[in-house]
Amino acid sequence: MNKGTIQHRTKFLEKIAGKMHRKPRDMANPIERPKRLFTPEKDVLAHIAGVDLLPVFYRECEKILTDVVETTAASLDNVLRNLVKAHGNGEVVISKDARFTAFGLKDFSEEDFVYRWDPAKGEENVIVTERAQTGIMFSDITLAESATMVMFNDKDKGRAIGLLPETFIGIIPLSTLVPRMTQAAEEINRRIEAGETIASCVNFVSGPSNSADIEYNLVVGVHGPVKVSYIIVTDR
Amino acid sequence: MSIKIGDLPFKESVEEEVKDTFMRNAIANAQDSLRSKKLSATEDDTQFGDWEAWREAGAEIRRHTLNNLDYYLHMLSEKVQERGGHVYFAETREEASDYIKQVVQQKEATKVVKTKSMVTEEIELNKTLEGIGCDVLETDLGEYILQIDEDRPSHFVAPSLHRNKEQIRDMYTEKIGYTGTEDPSELTSYTREVLREKFVEAEVGITGCNFAVANSGSVALVTNEGNANMATTMPDTQIVVMGMERIVPDWEDLDVLVSLLCRSAVGQNLSTYVTVIAPDTEEGTVDVPKDFHLVILDGGRSNALGTEFQEALHCIRCAACVNVCPVYRQIGGHAYGTIYQGPIGAVLTPILEGYEEYGDLPYASSLCAACTEACPVKIPLHDLLVRHRERIVSGEGDFSQAEKAAMKGYGSVVATPSLYELAMKSAKVGATPFRKKGKISTGVGPLKEWTDIRDFPTPDGLDFRKWFKKHKAGEHHE
Repeated sequence: MNKGTIQHRTKFLEKIAGKMHRKPRDMANPIERPKRLFTPEKDVLAHIAGVDLLPVFYRECEKILTDVVETTAASLDNVLRNLVKAHGNGEVVISKDARFTAFGLKDFSEEDFVYRWDPAKGEENVIVTERAQTGIMFSDITLAESATMVMFNDKDKGRAIGLLPETFIGIIPLSTLVPRMTQAAEEINRRIEAGETIASCVNFVSGPSNSADIEYNLVVGVHGPVKVSYIIVTDR
Repeated sequence: MSIKIGDLPFKESVEEEVKDTFMRNAIANAQDSLRSKKLSATEDDTQFGDWEAWREAGAEIRRHTLNNLDYYLHMLSEKVQERGGHVYFAETREEASDYIKQVVQQKEATKVVKTKSMVTEEIELNKTLEGIGCDVLETDLGEYILQIDEDRPSHFVAPSLHRNKEQIRDMYTEKIGYTGTEDPSELTSYTREVLREKFVEAEVGITGCNFAVANSGSVALVTNEGNANMATTMPDTQIVVMGMERIVPDWEDLDVLVSLLCRSAVGQNLSTYVTVIAPDTEEGTVDVPKDFHLVILDGGRSNALGTEFQEALHCIRCAACVNVCPVYRQIGGHAYGTIYQGPIGAVLTPILEGYEEYGDLPYASSLCAACTEACPVKIPLHDLLVRHRERIVSGEGDFSQAEKAAMKGYGSVVATPSLYELAMKSAKVGATPFRKKGKISTGVGPLKEWTDIRDFPTPDGLDFRKWFKKHKAGEHHE
């Protein structure tokens, strides 16, 4: 890891404090934060969990132009192969994630057309991913309200997999489904307070890349994937 | 170094811009569309709960953060440094720009990709980097369109709003060898191909910052296109530039503010990409920048701290105020002469740049308060515009004596209930010579600029207090 630096902080923060007519505040003397009076985020879809969140999730998938297929771990291999075909066949890149094996996708992972991300192979990962037709990753946390996959990208789960291929397939274990970003944020705050290092990229992705910059017409596939599909694995 | 757009004084600029019929129609359509999407995703979304409670939560978070800004900036910088990143605090735009120039020069880089960022517009970063021989490429579709035609943004969220697809087709054909039609899908697909190649080659990626998260040393970037992901994945060096107020204490605060931003800006529950990045700490990661720089800019923002204008720094740049502003609707973004348009631009720009250059902007408002009602973090925008006017009139800026007298007169009238009542009654009579079908079409004095563009409703002798009394009693129906 690089050694970090900080420049011109003292003068900068003294000026801010001076404008507030007080002394600078810093981490050596933690401030007491008052409890928020309004916490509406905690009430959204409160007390709904698991399969009961699926109708909300599906409704949002439709809005964000994302296909969704429901299956079980036993049928996942077959469903995934069909979906890869529907996404145009071609090369597929998957992340280095133990869940591919745990969810019965070992054979699929070893197919000739599948490239498994491997940090030991360096730049080759990016070259293959750039030309691949489809990227496939598992969701770490899934937000029903916005049909969002949250991925903690790290050396094994490359950022490029969900970004560079023309299409993307997200595998979503039902157990990862939560009401909204609130629960993901609480979990991340909990990890920070426990002293864990958070992934350098926490990626909240909801459907295909899009833009409405030309006369306000919605167009999909600007920089990221043109097509996105989700597979919900209901028994995991 | 300036945030100025164009060379014309405000009033002349307005006269020019209102002649552009396409622009005015495009802006009216975009305002209507964005406003209705916002309503669907906020007040009308029952699943989302009480929109007013959300606004209160947003305001609470922003108030607490700004009141303790030094504390949270200290925390952010510590966390970024712990992760191996470099933090540079820049008091001026020049310092920010010079630092970035130095980093790029040290890397001997010439290929730079950028994402849409108001703060990099503020420090005129493209000009600085092009001056040292860099090829600086804007990667947001709207910004890219503007860049190749050397134009400037007219809206925070939809920067190329004032361009139609035929103009874009012709400009692509002339400048980047495009041979297709004006179909937006085709234009976008061509842009994807051109920019993909540039992303792969880029040595430095530069982004703005929607929100920095103090407790993890992270920066959240919100886009629909995925260009911020590209710019923070492909190049070896990443530089983030943030206005010093764009920070939240922790991830739970980020949740609230990102929710407010996405719903208020474009009516989405969440934008397609919310990417929260921090310096990488792992050995052997392949597709991440090896070097991470965070530049935190004051650039005049501290002028507002500790003053009645501090709330202007609560802004989350959703443009909800822009999308409801009747003045912006008529004059468009460029007329403001600053990169920050609409009501928030009229409040913020004089704070950053002073009244001498931008003393006209607080008057680019009908004070209808639609902006204040639209703001997801409850910035009292129209009150701040009035406060600017009061400061200008009281001599802290360059302003006409006539306006000063009028403002002084108005101040004493509204402060005295009996005089106010008399004024409201006489307004109905006084407006008679200018009235036509219930509207004033040829106003005088301060009304002139307004009525050159649109009609002004005549005072009907029914003031708000009376209207409210009648309305409550069920007598007034519209």
